Amino acid sequence: MKRLSVLVLLVCLAWSCSKDDAAAYEAVSTPLPLKIPPVFKENLLSPIIPNSNPQTIEGVALGKKLFFDRILSGDETQSCATCHSPQHAFSDSTPTSAGIDGDFGTRNVMPLFNLAWNYGERFNWDGSELSIERQALTPVQNPIEMHSNWDDVVSKLSNHSEYPTLFENAFGAFPITKTLTTKALAQFERTLISGNSKFDKYLLGDATLTPQEQNGLHVFMDEARGDCFHCHGSPNNPLWTDNMFHNNGLDSSFADLGLGATTGNPSDNGKFKSPSIRNLAYTAPYMHDGRFETIDEVINHYSQGLQNSSSIDPLMKKINQGGVQLIPQDKTDLKAFLLSLSDPSFLNNPEFIN
Amino acid sequence: MKNSYTLLLLVFVVFSSCGDDLDDNLKASAATQFKFTHQWNALTVSSADFNTLQFINANGEELSVERLRYLISEVTFTRGNGEDIVIDGHHLIDVTEDSGLTYTPELEIPTGFYTNVSFTFGLNNEANMQNYIDLNSVSFNVPEMLGGGYHYMQMDGKFVNSAAEEMGYNYHAIRAVDNVGSNPTFPQDTFFTVNLGAVNIASETIVEVKMNIAEWFRNPNVWDLNVLNSVLMPNSEAQILMSENGQSVFSLGTVTP
Repeated sequence: MKRLSVLVLLVCLAWSCSKDDAAAYEAVSTPLPLKIPPVFKENLLSPIIPNSNPQTIEGVALGKKLFFDRILSGDETQSCATCHSPQHAFSDSTPTSAGIDGDFGTRNVMPLFNLAWNYGERFNWDGSELSIERQALTPVQNPIEMHSNWDDVVSKLSNHSEYPTLFENAFGAFPITKTLTTKALAQFERTLISGNSKFDKYLLGDATLTPQEQNGLHVFMDEARGDCFHCHGSPNNPLWTDNMFHNNGLDSSFADLGLGATTGNPSDNGKFKSPSIRNLAYTAPYMHDGRFETIDEVINHYSQGLQNSSSIDPLMKKINQGGVQLIPQDKTDLKAFLLSLSDPSFLNNPEFIN
Repeated sequence: MKNSYTLLLLVFVVFSSCGDDLDDNLKASAATQFKFTHQWNALTVSSADFNTLQFINANGEELSVERLRYLISEVTFTRGNGEDIVIDGHHLIDVTEDSGLTYTPELEIPTGFYTNVSFTFGLNNEANMQNYIDLNSVSFNVPEMLGGGYHYMQMDGKFVNSAAEEMGYNYHAIRAVDNVGSNPTFPQDTFFTVNLGAVNIASETIVEVKMNIAEWFRNPNVWDLNVLNSVLMPNSEAQILMSENGQSVFSLGTVTP
């Protein structure tokens, strides 16, 4: 009995000085560390996982089920995966996408992978969402997307034959809420990790680049030719994005202000997030509005299609000439290198598909 | 009795593990913090002043700053007897994102008078060969064909050129490199030591480090942005000019005990 008291005392003391504010549901679910690719481990800071939403087996499983479930949309005809299709690296194959009422948005669906390494935690093309959890709130209630409302969704989930048990397994005996729903979705989205392309294997010494791909890498890294690396990562930053916002010279005036609409700062007008250039083979069309159907069009844009404006990024070179003026061979090789960042195993990972 | 001692010891250990250090006042060492401030000559500059053509350089060009981030390393406190206390590691200041504007090294410094406080602008060549995950994660790398390593500074902005047109510039400081490609060579070191001068550390101390951005364009080399505005990373002559101009950029501001 005396020993028990001592134990209780010690536990209480230790508890009193713990700074761990992880949610109580940690006690009811099983931790599930992210599967971090070797090139990420070697080169990058740890992924961002909120203390309030640790990764768990049960939470990820619930998030996956929710991600593919049409129950989240108003008329139950669309799920997250309708637009974020696994076969397109969780993006869509059209410039913009139709919601349940057939209305199209104005932005291209962003692919979903390696989101936990977005250290600035600004999501969406315009940086309007400050966490994955918050991002997941919006499409459900957006009238031109899933056009539902969270009260209805929570009600349907609460009266469902399976979800109450799945939520309890993941988060404990708490009522289902939109917060818990988006937490589960975010946990699943954080598991969507792509780091197994040919180029990753090359970095690990398990693959060889063709001469074309090798020259393409040089074009990418050469400040006097492509100069892509300042915004789109490098072999040492295998995210292949800086996760920042740039005006890359698409337009001389802006129908869509991008980051400027989020911050209210005119200097941010026309700035959009640099997307990762991983998996370009699967994520066409390109740019925030899906204006370019092919990688060739994208390369031609940077080579000779730049439009000047007051907020164009100073990293955009030779604007008066329309761009960096790549020769045809360099364009071809650059494309070959970009395609070496394709990760087919990401599309076929059974953990990511329904 | 033995159990009681064990219990007492355990409780002590648990308490001490989460308590603040009560001995700070008794130590003969003190925490230091470096506060980085930025000026254009007499004008204080912050990220709020970016993106506007409001500065005029020594060559008479009107310019703006849109992005400014730079690296310092190896902060060193030197005593009168020549003894150095070196704080290993580097620190990135990103003025654009208002991050890293203060640097608090973990190492506390013995109290006393120091004849000089210095740091390396950028990284010395040995340090520049290491892999730093924090710098990779913010895309501060230099391509392998240029010798690899990291930028010392990235300053981007726009200026009004001699044709009265607004155009971008990329004032990126790195290790000077020739023979760009698979076997680059390095003509001259372009990292440099910044000597701030004497500082007395009597207690917790905040040291202001001032960067006069205008100096990058002025002294000793008047910078002509019409000539040197972009693709400066593979331009070793430009890198050496930057390094020379950098020597007068930093100065000691206020030291707050």
